Amino acid sequence: MTPRPSVAVFDYGIGNLRSAQKALQFAGADATLTSDEELLREADGVVLPGVGAFGRCSEALTESGLFEVATSLAKEATQGGKPFLGICVGMQLLYKGSDESTGVQGLGIINERIRPIPEGVKIPQMQWNKLECDFSHPMFIGVEKDPWVYFVHSYAAPKTKESVAFCDYGTEINAAIAEKNLWATQFHPEKSGKTGLLLLGNFLSLLRNFERE
Amino acid sequence: MRSIRVIPCLDVDQGRVVKGVNFVDLKDAGDPVEMASIYDRQGADEIVFLDITASSDSRETIHDVVRRTAEEIFIPFTVGGGIRSVEDARKILRLGADKVSLNTAAVMRPSLVSEVSDEFGNQCVVVAIDGRRNNKISCGFEVFTHGGRKATGLSLLDWAREIVEKGAGEILLTSMDRDGTKEGFDIEMLEMINNEIPVPLIASGGAGNSKHMVEGALLGGADALLAASVFHFGELTVSDVKKELLEAGLIVRGA
Repeated sequence: MTPRPSVAVFDYGIGNLRSAQKALQFAGADATLTSDEELLREADGVVLPGVGAFGRCSEALTESGLFEVATSLAKEATQGGKPFLGICVGMQLLYKGSDESTGVQGLGIINERIRPIPEGVKIPQMQWNKLECDFSHPMFIGVEKDPWVYFVHSYAAPKTKESVAFCDYGTEINAAIAEKNLWATQFHPEKSGKTGLLLLGNFLSLLRNFERE
Repeated sequence: MRSIRVIPCLDVDQGRVVKGVNFVDLKDAGDPVEMASIYDRQGADEIVFLDITASSDSRETIHDVVRRTAEEIFIPFTVGGGIRSVEDARKILRLGADKVSLNTAAVMRPSLVSEVSDEFGNQCVVVAIDGRRNNKISCGFEVFTHGGRKATGLSLLDWAREIVEKGAGEILLTSMDRDGTKEGFDIEMLEMINNEIPVPLIASGGAGNSKHMVEGALLGGADALLAASVFHFGELTVSDVKKELLEAGLIVRGA
């Protein structure tokens, strides 16, 4: 039996965070929801979920006193430090800001802004969509061809060198990014059935490999 | 790329599924979580639980359903019924539901839609509307509440516009004329809302076979198709519906 790596899920008082915790647990983690900085720093890996508006999430993170720790952990992950996974608005928060909530700051790990999904399609994108992904990336090990995952969002990150997956929704949407041990998805792996659980399992593998180093 | 979602809906009373559940292979035919898990395996894209528990003393029974569902089923699910405040919504969402569905309570107090939307985001606010044909209403359809029993005098189109402005992220539109008839969705009603309203639209009420499902998406313009008894009685499986949608040239997950 492989040991269950510990994963701390940022609990900052917004919407549905329990799904992420439960799905991680199902995928093989010892997952806790916490707003305790110590626990977040001690865990083998951390997950930053997020639903709702960018501004509200960013403010809630600040109010919980977790903005700084999220910033430093995300930054360390891009330098090969402890694995960090952002989900949905948790991915968007990694950017410097969003057109959804002008004047509110993101963590600024990626020097770009979140923008609205271009007009001509129903907003929000609230559906399953097929991914075009870089199968050579460890995020997608074992994932079947044409994976379907669940999206709920009205804004998205522009394509950058960190992008590892896309979906087509009127335009090409940046669906996932990775920079060393920082992974993030615009879709919800915790709500994407088997494919999502596989992806979370791959994140846990990243944690196990990281421990060994 | 727009994909069409297929959504089974379960009516839950005091934590138990009611209304015609007729699966032979169920260990516990009344357990909503086991039912939901079967639909998940059939390829359902989402699940809707409608809590019809009348007594407020038994309200907690749905919380247990939500908690257990979040532990076992990893597709999106929505909970409707009895949500009258931001605090009611918070409880349901914190326990693991992805969306709450508001109906009568939103008509009684429309600001509920903006309150929940401002707090949790419009992605988790479904507004369910029960519509019935009425020539005296400007758009031809009237909004009903209390499970379709009470007429409101509200125009369906005006109401849909209002709730989207207030932050509804999705509309679940049920035709009271067609509900339970198995004659197919009210295509005209769907078309009207789809043409005027920019948020995703779930068609409900009247689907009796796979062809009806195709019509709902193709002619009505619905983004998602919801049904209850045709699935519960095993007359249709989610995969049957998806195969038919695919053959009609629509895009679906895992058919």
